[in-house]
Amino acid sequence: MKVLKSIGWILLIAFVVIQFIPTKRNQSDSVSKADFLMVNTVPSSVRQTLQVSCYNCHSNNTDYPWYNKVQPAAWYLEHHIKEAKSELNFNEWADYSNRRKKSKLRSIINQIEDDQMPLDSYTLIHRDAILSEKNKMALIGYMTALRDSLK
Amino acid sequence: MKTRKTAILTSAIALTAVITISCKDGNKKESAMPMSNEMHQEDVNESDTSMDATQGMEAKEIVNGYLSLKEALVADDSDRAAEAGGKLVTAFENFDLSGYSDSEQKELKDIIENGSEQAEHISDSPMKHQREHFKTLSKDITDMVAITGTDKKLYEQFCPMYDGGSAWLSASNEVRNPYYGSEMLTCGKVQREIN
Repeated sequence: MKVLKSIGWILLIAFVVIQFIPTKRNQSDSVSKADFLMVNTVPSSVRQTLQVSCYNCHSNNTDYPWYNKVQPAAWYLEHHIKEAKSELNFNEWADYSNRRKKSKLRSIINQIEDDQMPLDSYTLIHRDAILSEKNKMALIGYMTALRDSLK
Repeated sequence: MKTRKTAILTSAIALTAVITISCKDGNKKESAMPMSNEMHQEDVNESDTSMDATQGMEAKEIVNGYLSLKEALVADDSDRAAEAGGKLVTAFENFDLSGYSDSEQKELKDIIENGSEQAEHISDSPMKHQREHFKTLSKDITDMVAITGTDKKLYEQFCPMYDGGSAWLSASNEVRNPYYGSEMLTCGKVQREIN
């Protein structure tokens, strides 16, 4: 019992201590000139979907949920966002080569078709980010047209 | 009994904490640089001292890596495809651009960047995804070969059924479909010969 008590204390202290470890916040004040929504003519419905369901992780600006104030949740989010941005950062769209744009668009279309994005762990909390069939059709339609328009 | 319950609960919490923390570190990708440098060195030593021979070797390494990836997909062997994808990433890293013209270098840089991203995905994805990325990769390799040339004859083959029509490269004119494997092994036709 004594051992358990001390383990409990250690865990509690560890939990408190990790709260003081800072994480890098994914936020930027400037609007990127290379942004997907800036360089493309995106219909408002698709724009809305992208901002609600994709931009939180795939851009330089995250609208953080309350639990980002608690560790280890903040680490988990930081890691996810970092990985998401290395795969696809909508803010850097215009900087991608045409070849890369096309392959990103193909991946976007495939991931949406297969219901792999947005992640389940994301939509679990962000219920408004769930894509309806209509959303999906609109997104896929737009992305396909964009891909075909690229040389 | 109560003590036991508490013990289990405590260790569960501890375990979760440990996993969460170690996950973070575990996901940092290890750099394959040291090994690739070694391999690069070997290639340079093996080939003739002339610049052209070195270039040929590097492009050849990529084409060979691509072809063994294709074979793995034909055989429906996801593990082998993943391994081949990993090797291909290294082969792309070894590619030395010097000796090509500026415009060729720009094009090759784009190809390498995109191609190695596809290869990386292939190295850690299930079969369905591997095939999706293989389609993009095939285009990259075809465009690369258009610049670097190839020492062996390649056949561009085409299957009209996969994803609205998809091409790939093969060292043989016999059609073995990497997009469907055993499901539709011989679907497709030779579209072009590349020398």
